[in-house]
Formats: sequence, C-alpha cells, structure tokens
Amino acid sequence: MHRVKVRVVEDALDANNTIARANRDDFDRHGVSVVNLMSAPGAGKTTLLERTLGHDGLDGVRAGVLEGDVQGSLDADRLAHLHVPVVQLNTDGGFGGECHLDANMVRSALPALPLDELDVLIVENVGNLVCPAEFRIGEDARIMVSSVAEGEDKPLKYPLMFRACELVIVNKIDLLGQVDFDMDRFLHHLDAVHPGVSVLLTSARTGEGIGELRAWFAGLPQRVGAAV
Amino acid sequence: MHELSVSSAVVDTAIRHAAGRQVKAVQLRVGALRQVVPESLDFYWGIVSRETVCEGSVLEQELIEARLRCDDCEAEWAIDMPAFRCAVCSSGDVTVVCGNELEVESIEVEEPCIA
Repeated sequence: MHRVKVRVVEDALDANNTIARANRDDFDRHGVSVVNLMSAPGAGKTTLLERTLGHDGLDGVRAGVLEGDVQGSLDADRLAHLHVPVVQLNTDGGFGGECHLDANMVRSALPALPLDELDVLIVENVGNLVCPAEFRIGEDARIMVSSVAEGEDKPLKYPLMFRACELVIVNKIDLLGQVDFDMDRFLHHLDAVHPGVSVLLTSARTGEGIGELRAWFAGLPQRVGAAV
Repeated sequence: MHELSVSSAVVDTAIRHAAGRQVKAVQLRVGALRQVVPESLDFYWGIVSRETVCEGSVLEQELIEARLRCDDCEAEWAIDMPAFRCAVCSSGDVTVVCGNELEVESIEVEEPCIA
C-alpha cells in the first residue's frame, strides 16, 4: 500500500448547502417565503409565535410553522390552538438528538407541510446559540431572538449567530428593571458584531412590539432577494 | 456541541472523496470566525471517525486568521475579537477577506501498489 494525496477543496457544509438549495427550489415553486427562527433555549420563540400568529394572524398572509425540537411535541402542542398548520420535527426519535436543524431534516418534513396553502413558513429551530448558525435549511431570512434575561454580552460571546441573521429580536423587555441588562450596551455590542442589523424590541407577555413583528412576517413575501 | 456538528460534516466530506479507500489524514482549513476549538475538534474527530474509512486518521487543522476589508476606505486588518466596524473610518460596510473557512483541502488515502 502507498499513500496518495487527494485534492478536495470543498466546504465541509457543501452537502448540507446543496440540500438547502433543493429545499429553496421547492419553497420557491410553491411561492413560500421561509424564515429560520433561532435563539437560545427559553428566549421565547414559541411564545412570540403564539402571540404573533394568534388572533387575526398575519392579516391575510397564510402562515405555517415547522417546529424543530430535540424531542417531544410540547411546542407544537402549544401552537395547536392557532388556526395555522403546525408540523413537529424531532431531530431524534429517542433520547438525545441533534442540537440543530439541518437541510436534510427540513427536507424530510416537506411532505407533511401543506406548501400550496402557505405564503410564509416559520421554522422554529432547536434552541441553541451556536450550531443552527452553521446549517442553512433553504430559508429566505433568519431571525435571532435574544431575551434580556440572557444578559447584554451575548453578541460578543456568540458572534457567529448574531452575524448569521438579518433581524435581531430583543424579547422579554417587560423584565427590564428586574434584570441587570443595559440595553444601550447590548445594542453597542450588537453594532460591533453586526453593524447595521435590524433590531426589534418585543415582549411576548405584554404584546409590545408584536404588531411590528407581525408586519415583518406579513411583508416577507413582497421582499425581493435571498438571504445571505 | 458545535465541534461535534462540524467534525461530522468534515468526516462525511472525507468519506465521500475517499471512495472506499482507507483515509490516513485529512487536511482542514478552519477560519477563526467559525468559533471552532481545535482541541475539541480533535477530540470529536476520534469519535465520529469510528467505524468509518477515516478511523485512525489524523485531522490536520490549519487555522486561518480573520481579516476584514473596509468597503469604504479600503483599509484591511486582522481581528482577534468580534469587532466588525472599520478600525480606521468606523464604517459598517466591511467584507470578510478570510476567516470564514471550513474547508476540506485534501485527504491522504491508502492505495494498493500496482507492480
């Protein structure tokens, strides 16, 4: 036997990105705009969706949700009372699945999604501030939710995630005053990590900012251009 | 956790290019912006390569520094912390020159000698 060097020069995530493009083609064919919603566990993604999609929903824009979780259907159950299609996607059937959604997992869920009946699909990723930033799923836009309870230093600790999104939602602002969170410092750190990124302040509890978020989702199908 | 995802993607890429041959080494270029800890990637490499053609192979990591270029004043500089505004003119229109790499550059495989 002898050793041979094989030139590869390939991004390790190429295989994932190829499947993400196939997902994207399918979404485009059905005229569906897709949002990848990411955050740490407990930042309030599901509650934000409950508030945003509840009542009159997105004002005529038909939304659906793909719920990504390591295990269980707790989040999908919480959204079940909304008048929108919700599909649960578990990253593993047993204990301990993947800590993020990848393009292939999303692809496996496509047959369960009524794409013809949707204008906007919101994919709630697994709660995690690192891995989801690496894996494209075929989305048009990425949102990152950071709650004030997590602290103001998070952009500096997780720059990969804060740079991978085009909208940062600062949630749980009803807790300002109860937690040591300096909004100006947070915004300063965020500007250093991702200059010019859009920011929306929300409280899923009081409803502050929910109207703006609803408008953001509803405006997505009109937007031209792809996500980074 | 992140390094597990990354090492799994790298091993999948190596296996695809090995086409059944035993892999002895994998050369990987890792940019600083990928937030990968080299020692942790090494640790997971030993696990994810098990029972594959990459088992027992060495993961050789070349670390690439993060460099930015200002789109406005064309200054170019290296960063070792997440500060993405131009260090000269404070512009936010900055391009990442390098540091985003997660690239399998080459693999070394075993082939039978043909007499």
